Amino acid sequence: MFYREAGDFKTSYAEDNQTFPIRFDRYRYYAVLVAAFAVVPFVINDYWVNAVFLPFLIYSIAAIGLNILVGYCGQVSLGTGGFMAVGAYACYKLMTAFPEVNILFHVVLAGGVTAIVGVLFGLPSLRIKGFYLAVATLAAQFFLVWLFNRVPWFYNYSASGQISAPERTIFGVPVTGAETAPWAAYLFCLVFTVVCALIARNLTRGMAGRKWMAIRDMDIAAEIIGVNPLRAKLSAFAVSSFFVGIAGALFFAVYLGAVEVGEAFGINKSFLVLFMVIIGGLGSIFGSFAGAAFLVLLPVLLKNTLVSGLGWPTDLAAHLEFMIVGGLIIVFLIAEPHGLAQLWRVAKEKLRLWPFPH
Amino acid sequence: MKMKLIATALAAVVTAAPAMAELVFPSLSYRTGPYAAGGIPFADGYADYFTLLNERDGGIGGEKLEVPECETAYNTEKGVECYESTKDLGSLVYQPLSTGITYQLIPKVTADGIPMLTSGLGRTSAKNGAVFPWVFNFPANYWDGASVAVKHILDQEGGDISGKTIALVYHNSAYGKEPIRTLEELAKKHGYDLTLLPVDHPGQEQKSQWLQVRREKPDYVIMWGWGVMNQVAIQEAVNIRFPMDKFIGIWWSGSENDVKPAGEGAHGYKALTFHNLGDDYPLYDDLKTHVFDKGLAAGAGDQHGTAIYNRGLYAAMLVAEAAKTAQEIHGTSQITPAMMRDGMEALEMTEEKMVALGLPKFGPEFTVSCENHGGNGFAAIGQWDASAGEWKLITDYMQSDQEIIQPLIEADSMAYAEESNITPACN
Repeated sequence: MFYREAGDFKTSYAEDNQTFPIRFDRYRYYAVLVAAFAVVPFVINDYWVNAVFLPFLIYSIAAIGLNILVGYCGQVSLGTGGFMAVGAYACYKLMTAFPEVNILFHVVLAGGVTAIVGVLFGLPSLRIKGFYLAVATLAAQFFLVWLFNRVPWFYNYSASGQISAPERTIFGVPVTGAETAPWAAYLFCLVFTVVCALIARNLTRGMAGRKWMAIRDMDIAAEIIGVNPLRAKLSAFAVSSFFVGIAGALFFAVYLGAVEVGEAFGINKSFLVLFMVIIGGLGSIFGSFAGAAFLVLLPVLLKNTLVSGLGWPTDLAAHLEFMIVGGLIIVFLIAEPHGLAQLWRVAKEKLRLWPFPH
Repeated sequence: MKMKLIATALAAVVTAAPAMAELVFPSLSYRTGPYAAGGIPFADGYADYFTLLNERDGGIGGEKLEVPECETAYNTEKGVECYESTKDLGSLVYQPLSTGITYQLIPKVTADGIPMLTSGLGRTSAKNGAVFPWVFNFPANYWDGASVAVKHILDQEGGDISGKTIALVYHNSAYGKEPIRTLEELAKKHGYDLTLLPVDHPGQEQKSQWLQVRREKPDYVIMWGWGVMNQVAIQEAVNIRFPMDKFIGIWWSGSENDVKPAGEGAHGYKALTFHNLGDDYPLYDDLKTHVFDKGLAAGAGDQHGTAIYNRGLYAAMLVAEAAKTAQEIHGTSQITPAMMRDGMEALEMTEEKMVALGLPKFGPEFTVSCENHGGNGFAAIGQWDASAGEWKLITDYMQSDQEIIQPLIEADSMAYAEESNITPACN
C-alpha cells in the first residue's frame, strides 16, 4: 500500500538513481539513521555496546570491505584477518608514536597503510585467479600474522607481545581505553560505519564499481571493452583493504583494547568475515550488514536464550550454538544461495505487488 | 514460539539487575575448544568448592554464594562478552584463567573497581600492587615458575649449568612469551644457552619444533603450553626419545590429561606446581559427603583429584578466604567488590588456616600487601608416575630467584604505569 513507486515522481537524473527509490524505503532509512544516532546512544549500557553493537558495526565495515573485493570484483580473498591485523598494528604504532594527533586520523591512516599492503598482496591477482588466488591470499594471512609475532618493533618491544590501546579522546571525550563511556565508543564506530557504507555504496554504483563488476563477470571481455584489469583489480584490493584496515583498527582500539595477533586476527577471522559476505549476499552493501548481524548477533542471542533464559549448562549451550548456527547457515544457503540480501530483495518485490500479486 | 524465545532472551539481558542477597563469584570458564582439557577440571573444582561452602557452612559469613558460569572458549571476544554480562550481577572477583583475557580485563576491572585474581597466570608485573591495585596474582607467577624450573635444573646438575643448553617450547602468545625475559636474565647469571621454540595456537602441529630439539639436543626442555598443545608436545618428546626427566612443564602443562595419551612413554615427565596434588585431604571427605554424594558436583564429575581440579579448588579457597577477611575488616557480611579488594590485600594464608580448612600443606604460606600482590613465589616440582597413574611431588617448595625477578617486575610495572598515566601509590 505504502510500498510502491506510484505517485513518487522523479524529475531529475539524480533522483532517479538514488539508493532508495521508494519513498517508504527512504523514510525508513532516515528513521534508522535517526534512531542509531539520536536514540540508541541514550539507552545503551556497557553490555549492549561491547557484546552487540561494537562487534556488529566493526564486522560490518570488514564485511563491506571484503564484499567489494569478493562480491563486486570477484577476487576471492582469505587474507582478511591479516589485513585487519595490519590496520590494528598500524593504528597502534601511530597512536603511540604521535599521541598528540587525533585518533580519528590514526584510524583513517591505518586504513591507508592497509590499502598499500593490500595492493602489494593483490599483485598476484593479475596472474592467478579463483582458488589459486585464494591460496595466495592465504599466504598473506599467515605471513602477516607471523610478521607481527616475530618483529618486536610492531608491538613496541613489550614483553608479552600484546598491544594495548592507550586512552585517546575526541573533543575531550575518551573513545579508547577503559574509561570510555559506552555511547562514545558506539558513536565513534557508528560514524565510521555510516561513512564507510556511504563511500562503498557510491563507489560500487559509479564507474569504479562497474569496472569491478565487469572484471568479475568476465575479465577478458572487460579488457576488450577497455577496462584496465591492473587498475581495476588493484583498486579493488586497495579500497577493500582500506575498509578492512579501518575495521581492524577499530576492532583493536575501541572494541577489545588489547589484542594478540595470533588469537585475534588468525585464519578464523578471515573465514568468519568471508562467511558473513557469503551469507549476507555477495555484491550487496545491505548484505554485508545482514551477514555481520547474522554471525555476530545470533550467537549472543542464542547464548542468552539458552544459558540465561533456559538455564542450561554453558558447555551444552556452546555446543548447541555451533550446531544451530551451522544448521541455519545451510538452511539459508539452500533456501537462497544469493544470501540474505536476495531474500530481502525478493521480499521487497513481493511488497510492491501486495496485496494484488497478479 | 520464536517471539517467546526472543522475549526471554531480551528479558534475560535487560533484567541483569544486581542480585544483592548473595555473594557472586563469576566463573569465566571454557568447557569447549582446544583448551577445554584444562578448562573443564578448573571450572569443576571452582564450582564444587563454592557448592561445598553453601551446603556445609551455608555460604560465607551466612551469605549464600552464587557462581554464574560463562563460556569463553579461551576467546578474548567471548571473554569481553562474559565480563560485561556478569559484572552487573555484583561480581566480587574475576578469575579468567586466560592470560589473553587477563590483559584485556586489567584496564576494565581497574575502571570498574572489581578485583581480579590470576593465580599462576596473567600479567606477572601485576605483583606490584602500587601500580595494579585491583589485580592480584598470588601465590606464584610465571617468572617464579621459570626461576624455580632453572633452580631445579641447577640442583640436578650439581649447581653448575654453564655451557648447558635449555630449550623453551612455548605457546606463541602473551602467555608463552611471559617467561622469556626471566629465562634470558637467568641465562646471563648462570651461563646457560637459551633456545626459543614457539608453537602457534592451538599447538597441534609441532613436528618442526621437536625436529629441532632432536637435532640440537638441548640438555633440558622447559615447556609453556596449554590445552591440546601439552599432549602433542609430550607425545612428540616421547617419539624422539627425549629423556622425560629433563623435560619440565609449567604448572599449566602438568595435568593428567596431558601425560595420559603418551602412556608409559610419559613416565618421569616433570611439571611445576604451586599447590599440592592428589585427593588425600580431609577436604575431599567433606566434598564427598556434601557435594559428590548429593549429586551436586559440577560438570561430569570425573575430574576429582586431578591436578587442575585441585587448582580450581585452591583458587576458590583463596578467594573464599579473602572474602572472609573482607567481612572481618568491614564488619559486614554483605561485601562489595571494593571491600573484597581490601580483603584480598589483607589476605594471610597460614598453615593453621589450611589445616582448619582440611587442606594441610596444600599450598605455600604467604601474606599479601599492597607492595606485594603476588605472594612469595614458592613452587615445587611434580613428577608423573605412569605405572601408578599419578603425580608425585619430588621436591620441597622452593623460592624463586627474587633478586632477578624483583627488578624485572619493578621495571615492567613502571613501564605500564607510565604508559597508562598511573601514579603508583600505596596507602
